Amino acid sequence: MFDYSKAKVLVPGPEVQAEPLVLTAPISFWGGVDPKTSMIADVRHQQHGMEIKGRVLFIPGTIGSSSASAILLELVHRRIAPAALVLHEPDAILLLGLIVAREMGWEIPGAWQLDRAEFPAAAAGS
Amino acid sequence: MTLELTQDEKDMLFGAQGEGAAMALRIVAETARLMSAPSLIPVKSAHIDGALYHGDSGTLFAERLVEFGAKVSIRATLNVGGLDLMGCSKVNLPPHEREMAGRMMRAYIALGCEPTWTCAPYQAGHRPALGSDVAWGESNAVVFCNSVLGARTNRYGDFLDIACAISGRAPNYGLHLAENRRAVFAVDVSALPAALLISEIAFPVLGSLFGRLAGTSVGVVTGINTHPGEDALKAFGAAAASTGGVGLFHILGVTPEAPDLETATGGGPLRETIKVSEAMFTDTKRRLATAEVTDRIDAVAIGSPHLSVAEFDKLAALISGRKLSIPFFACTGRHALKEIEANGLRKSLEAGGVTIVADTCVVVTPILKDMSGGVLMTNSGKFAQYAPGNTGYGVVFGSMAECVESAVAGRPVLSGAAHV
Repeated sequence: MFDYSKAKVLVPGPEVQAEPLVLTAPISFWGGVDPKTSMIADVRHQQHGMEIKGRVLFIPGTIGSSSASAILLELVHRRIAPAALVLHEPDAILLLGLIVAREMGWEIPGAWQLDRAEFPAAAAGS
Repeated sequence: MTLELTQDEKDMLFGAQGEGAAMALRIVAETARLMSAPSLIPVKSAHIDGALYHGDSGTLFAERLVEFGAKVSIRATLNVGGLDLMGCSKVNLPPHEREMAGRMMRAYIALGCEPTWTCAPYQAGHRPALGSDVAWGESNAVVFCNSVLGARTNRYGDFLDIACAISGRAPNYGLHLAENRRAVFAVDVSALPAALLISEIAFPVLGSLFGRLAGTSVGVVTGINTHPGEDALKAFGAAAASTGGVGLFHILGVTPEAPDLETATGGGPLRETIKVSEAMFTDTKRRLATAEVTDRIDAVAIGSPHLSVAEFDKLAALISGRKLSIPFFACTGRHALKEIEANGLRKSLEAGGVTIVADTCVVVTPILKDMSGGVLMTNSGKFAQYAPGNTGYGVVFGSMAECVESAVAGRPVLSGAAHV
């Protein structure tokens, strides 16, 4: 059980309990996540091939393209977004996907901030 | 921290300039709150990365803005779209996607953006002044704008760029503030051989290394004694922005905010100085390649960022009238296309087997033949980074000369030297 009260709200959303997925390296959503399947497509990433759909996704950092927002918007539109996002720090590019999705009237997952050193313990529910 | 808005901004939020401007400013203000920016600032121009089709959601967003009567209030150039509107190359998008990509491109034109369709707007006449505040998207354009032109922009994500262009405002934080533009670490390349530093692959490879070392921090490269030229800085920035979250780099004695170390660091301490060895360079170059087979290539792609006219001249000189035996894609914008059409270069390149791709590129839309286990050769650090995830092709990395020789021979021709 991830204890949402330990994290700071970045974008409000439902406090869903779902299978956690802790990314062990920063990711570029554009080029790194397939917007049609939610699969991690970056062959150099350690979680390559895993689906982020419906997971409480712990993201230690984001890199690369400024189109990450478009990928997250598309995941939300297709209803294959993560159930919740936990970020080490606020990310204006990625989280824009949620801000715009909300503006469009679509149902969005929330985003929280938590120090990445606490990811493994938080994901384990301790 | 609460966000302070001016009376004009409050009026805009309440619809004084229409529902479209209100929606745009809501997005800008929400982002400002998220990033703890205390206020918004006026911006002079925008470069819009949001017009590339990634799915229907982006098209619906742009059309919502059009429906609400939004118009850009400042100069706004467009990054690549999902279609080659110049008809130079064939884009293999299925009918629904083609329709939606086209609708998206038309919506951004309807919003008042310039149909530049290039990831190198800074080589297409859009060059904001040193020290001016702008709102640019597309990671390579952002890093070039900040680092080489010295204009000030954060890395604006898709949708925030157009929201800034419509409202004429941006959140006041990050790289808009002088104190965040100072280098906090240095990368010293003085130990690398001079011959390597003047080679074409030096800058994309060093950029790739710099991006991995930097994360999102601002750094300064030292040990470059001659100006490497604008196309080299373009390749460096594009590579750095694909392996890291780099928005700004300095090169001592080369880029405008680093005439000396004191200015580049603002007199502050450096967290660390990383001395680049030849082994680190070679290792970075090796990591750019992902292909498991090295005895064949199926296509060559260059032009990420989009090729300049000077790069087309170099390509023509390297091909030197020979015929290429495998598909060779050269991506560019219509600004360069117009020039190479006028001087006859396009005709001779196409006669030799080069496919020119305009308005878009091979990693953002399906142009490459759909095949599993395909191998793509490129001289671009950015293509090398994104081709595996976006196209399914493995990558072989080499200089433009090696790309051309390989395309002539129909198999990888690599010199073996680290610095060709």
